[in-house]
Amino acid sequence: MPQSARPLSPHLGIYKWQLTMTLSIVHRATGIALAAGTVLLIWALLSLSNGPEAYAHVQAFCASAPGMVLLFGWSWSLCYHLCNGIRHLAWDSGWGFEIPRAYLTGWSVVVVSIVMTLAIWGCVVARAGMS
Amino acid sequence: MSDLQTPLKRVRGLGSAKHGTHHFIVQRITALALIPLSIWIVFVALALMHADYAHARAMLHHPFAAVWLAAFVVAAFWHAQLGLQVVIEDYVHTRWLELAAQLAVKFFCFVGALTCVFAIVRIALA
Repeated sequence: MPQSARPLSPHLGIYKWQLTMTLSIVHRATGIALAAGTVLLIWALLSLSNGPEAYAHVQAFCASAPGMVLLFGWSWSLCYHLCNGIRHLAWDSGWGFEIPRAYLTGWSVVVVSIVMTLAIWGCVVARAGMS
Repeated sequence: MSDLQTPLKRVRGLGSAKHGTHHFIVQRITALALIPLSIWIVFVALALMHADYAHARAMLHHPFAAVWLAAFVVAAFWHAQLGLQVVIEDYVHTRWLELAAQLAVKFFCFVGALTCVFAIVRIALA
């Protein structure tokens, strides 16, 4: 709730939906998701240091259906946030603000992040098949 | 008391005070560090997914793995805190809620990083 009744500048609802704004919103969303994912990181490392019984719970969770869905989501979030983060760093250096270039790098981020995620899960499936 | 202060006195200590770009710069430095670290962590996670307990422990017992994992943890929690701070600044407009959220995020990230580093050291030195 805003604390004053000052007029607001035009917000999301007034603009035509575009790739660049979608990617910007998704960058934030994946950042929040990854921050939430640190809970699993804390739990896994602490359990690994505690002993096999504690670690077995982590392994069981990661092998469960909800665990797999979360891991898949986090893996894509990481790939996306990494690729788009590099895009942001390029912008910070002053490169890539031209509209065609912003769209080219934007679509590249989408494609590369999906390819990276599929490669990661390809490795998981291939190694599960071997054992 | 404000009427006893000159305008210059009032404005000092507000605004950037020469630290205005600090958040921006640390966010970029941690981002830069996280590029190689997060790529490496994907390979670690892939290896861990197919390792049993003894293998997983042995992997993180190695000094190289322990140090880089700790570096990843510190950079990741730091970067997360800086990012979440901006999200809260942008969307939480009730002052006390904003303050509570900022403190909660800072405490979570600090304790989270400490917990992870503690666990890593415990595994590495066992």
